[in-house]
Amino acid sequence: MTERRYDTVVLGGGSAGLAAALEVAERGYSVAVLEREHELGGILNQCIHNGFGLHRFEEDLTGPEYAERFIERVESHPGIELFLDTTALEAGVDGTPVVYGYSRRHGILQIRSKAVVLAMGCRERNRGNIGIPGTRPAGVYTAGLAQRLINIDGIVPGRRAVVVGSGDIGLIMARRLSWVGTEVLGVVEIQPYPSGLTRNIVQCLNDFAIPLHLSHVVAEIYGKDRVEGVRVAPVQDGRPDEARSFRLDCDTILLSVGLIPDNEISKKMGVELNPETGGAIVDAGRMSSVPGVFACGNVLHVHDLVDWVTEEAETCGASVASYLEGTYSQVQRQVVPGANVKYVVPNRYFPEAENRLYLRSLVVKNQAELVVTLNGEQVKRRRLAHVQPSEMVSLTLGPDDLPPAAGAQEPRLEVSIR
Amino acid sequence: MKMAPRRAARPRAGGSTYDIAVIGAGVTGAAIARRLSAYKVSVVLLEKECDVSFGVSKANSGIIHGGFHYSAATTLKGRLEVLGNLMFDRLQKELHFPFRRCGILVAAFSVEEMKTVQELYSRGMENQIIGLELAGRDRILALEPKLNPDVVGGLYAPGGGVIEPYRFVFSLIENAQANGVELRTGFRVAEARREAGAGDRSASSRWALVSQQGEQIRARTVINAAGLYADEVSRLFGAEEFRIVPRKGEEFLLDRNARGLPEKVIFPVPDPRSKGILVIPTVEGTCMLGPTAFEQEDKEDLSTSRENFETIFAAARRLVPTLSERDIITSFAGLRPSVEGQDFLIAVSEKAPGLVQAAGIQSPGLTAAPAIADYVKDLVKKTGLALEEKADWNPSLPLVPRVRELSPFEADDLVRENPAYGEIVCRCESISEAEIVAAIRRGHTTMDGIKFYTRAQMGRCQGGFCTYKILKILQRETGMSLDQVTKRGGASRLLHGEVGRDPVAPGGGRTKLEAEA
Repeated sequence: MTERRYDTVVLGGGSAGLAAALEVAERGYSVAVLEREHELGGILNQCIHNGFGLHRFEEDLTGPEYAERFIERVESHPGIELFLDTTALEAGVDGTPVVYGYSRRHGILQIRSKAVVLAMGCRERNRGNIGIPGTRPAGVYTAGLAQRLINIDGIVPGRRAVVVGSGDIGLIMARRLSWVGTEVLGVVEIQPYPSGLTRNIVQCLNDFAIPLHLSHVVAEIYGKDRVEGVRVAPVQDGRPDEARSFRLDCDTILLSVGLIPDNEISKKMGVELNPETGGAIVDAGRMSSVPGVFACGNVLHVHDLVDWVTEEAETCGASVASYLEGTYSQVQRQVVPGANVKYVVPNRYFPEAENRLYLRSLVVKNQAELVVTLNGEQVKRRRLAHVQPSEMVSLTLGPDDLPPAAGAQEPRLEVSIR
Repeated sequence: MKMAPRRAARPRAGGSTYDIAVIGAGVTGAAIARRLSAYKVSVVLLEKECDVSFGVSKANSGIIHGGFHYSAATTLKGRLEVLGNLMFDRLQKELHFPFRRCGILVAAFSVEEMKTVQELYSRGMENQIIGLELAGRDRILALEPKLNPDVVGGLYAPGGGVIEPYRFVFSLIENAQANGVELRTGFRVAEARREAGAGDRSASSRWALVSQQGEQIRARTVINAAGLYADEVSRLFGAEEFRIVPRKGEEFLLDRNARGLPEKVIFPVPDPRSKGILVIPTVEGTCMLGPTAFEQEDKEDLSTSRENFETIFAAARRLVPTLSERDIITSFAGLRPSVEGQDFLIAVSEKAPGLVQAAGIQSPGLTAAPAIADYVKDLVKKTGLALEEKADWNPSLPLVPRVRELSPFEADDLVRENPAYGEIVCRCESISEAEIVAAIRRGHTTMDGIKFYTRAQMGRCQGGFCTYKILKILQRETGMSLDQVTKRGGASRLLHGEVGRDPVAPGGGRTKLEAEA
């Protein structure tokens, strides 16, 4: 078995891993990036549509273009070693973290490091996770798999499709299918509001006259060998209303019903997870419950824009470097979700520095307000024109926002939407 | 290297002749074929589907039963279950399929239910089951701490266990093939004709079996192990009239990482119709909940329903309250081939000479399979066929390495021998490219065939990440184009075709010309 040592191992060469690796390497530390695919860039490679980088670069880029900006720098950086076609299958902590990377080229690599960055991204929820009844024919795909098959392998999954769930990938794929000649009969969304970005509803559905069935579910899948149709039913009191259901004849079903942070390796390392996000519980520097193990990007919590993934990964990379330097600040305080907030990441903040917090609303609301309280006293408020669960809210919190902590009791910072 | 062609070349007019034809490559037919491979007879195993274990056996609960549900004295299935159970340790040593005697519990939640448990215990003792015990509340909770604490007591059968049913079938068939049995998939028997032998001596009379595609083989003795279709096959031979009633069972599969999974198979107290809805920690570490039991007419309807989802979860949570629907990976349904009277129907046909019936093999058919094979072997002798043992019969298969079962150090040695073991295709179940290639070269060339053979696509992402990788490997190994790949043969094509192959009208949809065509 080949053994290697690095200051940091980054698991995953997608948007999060690339930005984190650069940030650590530029501060003079050695970095190994493990990527299971043959190319760096992760899911960005199959996202050939535009709309990436509007915040980060103030440019409208495609996914591969966005990735390329980081890949070029990573590939030419002398402090970063790349292991492509390498899957981290086993990992643990034996004094310091140990990761086992499996590949054709190196066999099994045993890599020891002082720090690990978890950047494995997420996986798609599938039919089993949402329990669509009916037969089990060919032709049921997750939207991301269909996207990969069309955009990278050049294969069309079917002729007439129904998209289940209005997540961003589903919306993008409704448009993409139309472009390759597949008729899209509709998008079926269980919630009374779309779960993707508003701009995608407009550009991917409205512009193509694709119907969006809100508060509807696919109540049954038909077809013995290949999908022959679906029965769509409105949701009434939390259950499908069979009496008002209707059939759509299609040969393909695309599922865009949510993403789950892919934390199998994190669990093997003993990382404690937050059931609300499916990602690690992290402190202000994105360090998990296991010392030296950090997390960023969609493996930490599912983002809706890659620009925020990059921002988070850079924050994470910088704090990995300070951890390696021995200057990682332990002066941290807790932040918790308050009213109408599903979660806040990270779960702690640095009271003496500037922090970026990300949160998701539980409610759909116009003219909302973001309210931050410390021990019940309001310390910051911001107007939000519109909030909905699918659109992440970010918040900058600096020392100026916070009065000096008083008393021995741990101050309780709470973020609410009102 | 291209794979060897799966199906033998279309036989010359007249077709091949065998001593024995076994119809149906499920667990029953597979066990019988493997047993007969020990004798100096030529055997062909016929399967209508494009791969083996694609019928009743693929949706089995995978339990090796404990021998207390049926009486061995009064039912054939009870007797064969008890005998079959004891044969699995040796079979596993020979064939290396996943199997573990994790133990079976029956949990009672009232004094009345405890009375039924007493009856099960008495029946098990009459069946001479080893290690069977009655357990009080403290004992049963110590045996399985995940049980609902409302339990009042129950039964413990340490000899019960779990198995991966399709891997068992694959290994039986591979071993049978290694010992000379011929497998013909895609051979649906459509006609059976009795042919008189040379000189009109009945001893050399034989059956000509014609497939739906017109292929023909001949055999002196035929074994009907056609599962759900055993009644139709029997009719083709003009043999006994009986009716197979499919009884559907729906099951849910939970992720191996789910919290609160039990270690032992947990049964409720049975009702007269079925053994009830169980919690089954599978041999591969996931957990299965089910099955339901509903009789239906349709032999192909494998659909699942919302109502049954609710029924199954409520019943399973009564046994193990920590089970969560958040951990569901997938659900599926299987059909049990039951006959009237509910016992196995295994006998030499009284109407069709040289036909042995092995029908109505529902639960505990998987457990009983090796004993059924022995029993059928004796019946074959009664049809007049002499069975002489082969001196060179090899009961064992070589142990095939699997990355998921190895430590990183062991895996490293394997990758040095064959680098394809280092290429991880299915990350959820840790399946390497070498294992996918091995499945394809063994003839498993559909997505489901590869799934059941290797476990790739069986984990939490359900193929979300590995489907395109498997497609590429299939294409490379078989020369198939991607749009020829099917989920499970027939019309279950996975993909439509290449991007840009069809003309596209502005704004998507079909072109006017194409719509009119």
